[in-house]
Amino acid sequence: MTQAPTLLEMRSITKTFPGVKALADVNLVVREGEIHAICGENGAGKSTLMKVLSGVHPHGSYAGDILYRGDEVRFQDIRASEQAGIVIIHQELALVPGMSITENIFLGNEPRRRGAIDWKAAQLRALELLEQVGLREDPDTLIKDIGVGKQQLVEIAKAFSKDVKLLILDEPTAALNEDDSRHLLDLLRGFRERGITSIIISHKLNEIEAVADTITILRDGRTIESLDVKADGVNEDRIVRGMVGRELSSRFPDHTPDIGEVFFEVHDWTVRHPNSDERLVCKGSSFNVRRGEIVGFAGLMGAGRTELAMSLFGRSYGTYLSGRVYKDGEEIQLKSVSAAIRHGLAYVSEDRKSIGLNLLDDIKTSMVAAKLPKIAKRGVIDPVSEHRIAEEYRDSLRIKTPSVDEGVVKLSGGNQQKVVLAKWMFTDPDLLILDEPTRGIDVGAKYEIYGIIQRLVGQGKGVIVISSELPELIGLCDRIYTVFEGTITGEVARRDADPELLMKQMTATKKSPTS
Amino acid sequence: MSRIKDLQKNLFGGTTSNARQFGMIFTLVAIVLLFQIWTGGLTLTSGNLIAVVSQYSYILILAVGMLMVIVAGHIDLSVGSVAAFTGIVVAKAMQEHSLPWPVGILLGLVVGAAIGAWQGFWVAYVGVPAFIVTLAGMMLFRGGNQYIGNADTVPVPAGFRKIGAGFLPEVGPDTGYNNLTLLLGLAACAGMVWREWKARQTRREMNADVAPVWITVLRLAVMLGVIVFATLRFAGGRIGTSLPISGIILIVLVLAYSYYTRNTIGGRHIYAVGGNARAAELSGVKLKRVNFMVMMNMSVLAALAGMIFVARSAASGPQDGLSWELDAIAAVFIGGAAVSGGLGTISGSIVGGLVMALLNNGLQLEGVGSDMVQIIKGLVLLLAVAFDVYSKRQGRFSIIGTLMRPFRQEQSANAADQPAPASDPDKAPVAG
Repeated sequence: MTQAPTLLEMRSITKTFPGVKALADVNLVVREGEIHAICGENGAGKSTLMKVLSGVHPHGSYAGDILYRGDEVRFQDIRASEQAGIVIIHQELALVPGMSITENIFLGNEPRRRGAIDWKAAQLRALELLEQVGLREDPDTLIKDIGVGKQQLVEIAKAFSKDVKLLILDEPTAALNEDDSRHLLDLLRGFRERGITSIIISHKLNEIEAVADTITILRDGRTIESLDVKADGVNEDRIVRGMVGRELSSRFPDHTPDIGEVFFEVHDWTVRHPNSDERLVCKGSSFNVRRGEIVGFAGLMGAGRTELAMSLFGRSYGTYLSGRVYKDGEEIQLKSVSAAIRHGLAYVSEDRKSIGLNLLDDIKTSMVAAKLPKIAKRGVIDPVSEHRIAEEYRDSLRIKTPSVDEGVVKLSGGNQQKVVLAKWMFTDPDLLILDEPTRGIDVGAKYEIYGIIQRLVGQGKGVIVISSELPELIGLCDRIYTVFEGTITGEVARRDADPELLMKQMTATKKSPTS
Repeated sequence: MSRIKDLQKNLFGGTTSNARQFGMIFTLVAIVLLFQIWTGGLTLTSGNLIAVVSQYSYILILAVGMLMVIVAGHIDLSVGSVAAFTGIVVAKAMQEHSLPWPVGILLGLVVGAAIGAWQGFWVAYVGVPAFIVTLAGMMLFRGGNQYIGNADTVPVPAGFRKIGAGFLPEVGPDTGYNNLTLLLGLAACAGMVWREWKARQTRREMNADVAPVWITVLRLAVMLGVIVFATLRFAGGRIGTSLPISGIILIVLVLAYSYYTRNTIGGRHIYAVGGNARAAELSGVKLKRVNFMVMMNMSVLAALAGMIFVARSAASGPQDGLSWELDAIAAVFIGGAAVSGGLGTISGSIVGGLVMALLNNGLQLEGVGSDMVQIIKGLVLLLAVAFDVYSKRQGRFSIIGTLMRPFRQEQSANAADQPAPASDPDKAPVAG
């Protein structure tokens, strides 16, 4: 990357929201044909910066200049920036599930012939675009019938249909499994060969290290530094240091496990898919958890880990076929969520916004929502103890908020996750199932969440962690089960755990002998 | 700016969610004053106030139930028909089988509960959207009313008429006022003082900031003033009149349901279901039971409203309860409930209902035709909700905020010196 011409320069961008300065004097220089990563903790201003660039925040609502291909540009809306060849792909995909791939690619941009949509041309062009992004699917397939990884590719194909020069990807691999992520990153490298410039925003630092040419780090709405990956010899720790402004000596807090007896056992758990008679999402799964133990569940996207957890938690997913659950040696029935809560189970969902929290609630109502009788007398809620409990959790989990009366929507991802954890800690569980507990939250908050998990097992509780990030499982868990297509394919103790072994078991049907 | 916000919060005990109510109270006061001047003082006379209460209490009763239905994320279009159906069943039973009137009332409530169970079953356990179930119910029970009553009117006995057209009796010494109404007013004042004291106590126990004494006193003075004024008006009407019985039923229901929705587990579950049904379910809330109870409760209240209306008009007819559902729904939305569920308060709905009622009443007093009344009511509903949508999009929640925008900018310029991007309202839903 020896000094390619500058494609984009954003100069001293300052953007203020009522009461908050989201961006303060931010500078960004992107050279033609590079992959430019933007890193920063949640709330550092990455998304706002991209919204300024793409015209979501129109010219005039911010201070500073944007120079694009040598000229100053003033985008009034997204359409204007797209016309200039700047396309942004958001974390939440903007596809219509009930429409086909072709229809989605050309939505709002349909090729016309004499007033009507020229479907034939669209079809041919769609095939061409899918070829470019390496997606082999019938363009008539409905979006809802393909996986999220492929949906992402459709989004990129859609961007290509608009003659893209600068592609912006906001957390493109957050929802993807390792395979799809790798494919996507390869694709980005391919684009680079063809001279298409990309900006990528990601929390996954290993991916950034692997793919980016240049990294710009934002912190608290300011540009901290711009690094040339090759010249500066950048590694993950270097990026983390820039993001948090301090050296994180370790990604995981120190912890000496104190593991007790097996107290929770599942035998032969079999569950059928809710919409399909022959598909089993859990096939005779058996596993156990000891007191004071962190047990990991590793698997690719769609392996059935979430399904296993949710079906255990009061049969909240699929149709129960067979299986038994024992707690402290006695069989327990978990036919409803309230029964599961009563028996000391807690499930923190992977999707905190759509099923984990009521986003209309304030912090304190969220925290007590799963066990209201604990703060009520004869059905009447005591506001004083509600408030007191919320304050206790705010202190002990270090939730950053001016008041527990604030709405949960106003919190950052990491703090929202802490509220969800508080909600389930409040139910006094013996076994917590945490599904992707650190998804979409920044490095600093992750560290704190790991600390909370370790404190919980320190109290003699059992914790199950479902995660798609192998380093997280290996760093955190005392024992890891691997899951492949609804079957538990292996069990690995901490000392034996390494990414290669786990990956092998996560992609193999037969039971591994190394357990 | 922040001081004004504090004042607003302290005076109205408000958090962001009921700031719209605050705006509606303003609107209500403005409407009252406007009509008071326009009608040359007719609006606030004893006679008119008593008439307003007895004329609109059943709509407000419906609004109480409708609020809970809408908060849970449903809608009930059948309330008018259910009211009419219950009315004719009760009237017929009393006329043809000479049922004593107290038993008639009981029968009406049972009919309402049965209809509610029917609708709740389809909504909660079969999963048919409430819109469809109650649209069907609207036709079903309208037809049922006409089938049972032969599309004819059926008179009701005098005892029964009490609940719709009755007043508190005159007892005790001749004070020139209705003594029981005065007593009620006194009790209300005492209750208000106690509540205020209790609220301060609670805040202190939470270690939260307690409002300065002068604010509490000011707020109490305003509210006691309103109560005393209303008491004297209702007690000082024509001899033999007082606060109507139907008004008393309404007040009891409002107090009970406000308490239920705000302070109990059951009430909180309704908000949880409306806010995010799946999250509520995964927190152990029994989704089906909540939906069933909410729908059933609505029909019981509709039955009660129907009986009060029949009692007031002395007979049950085929046109009873026509388009009541629309008035009730409008009241709830004017009062700040969210169309998507999860937000709204009983008191807000009552204020919304009063806005509609006083608008109706004032325009009628002025001799404005029902055509114009409809048009004006439609515009008020639209503007009230549009204002809410607008203020939400702006990330502001109150009229005050909008009025104070110049000050606010100054404020934000100061705040900008210490950036705190985590609380950026625009970004919160997007940041991963």
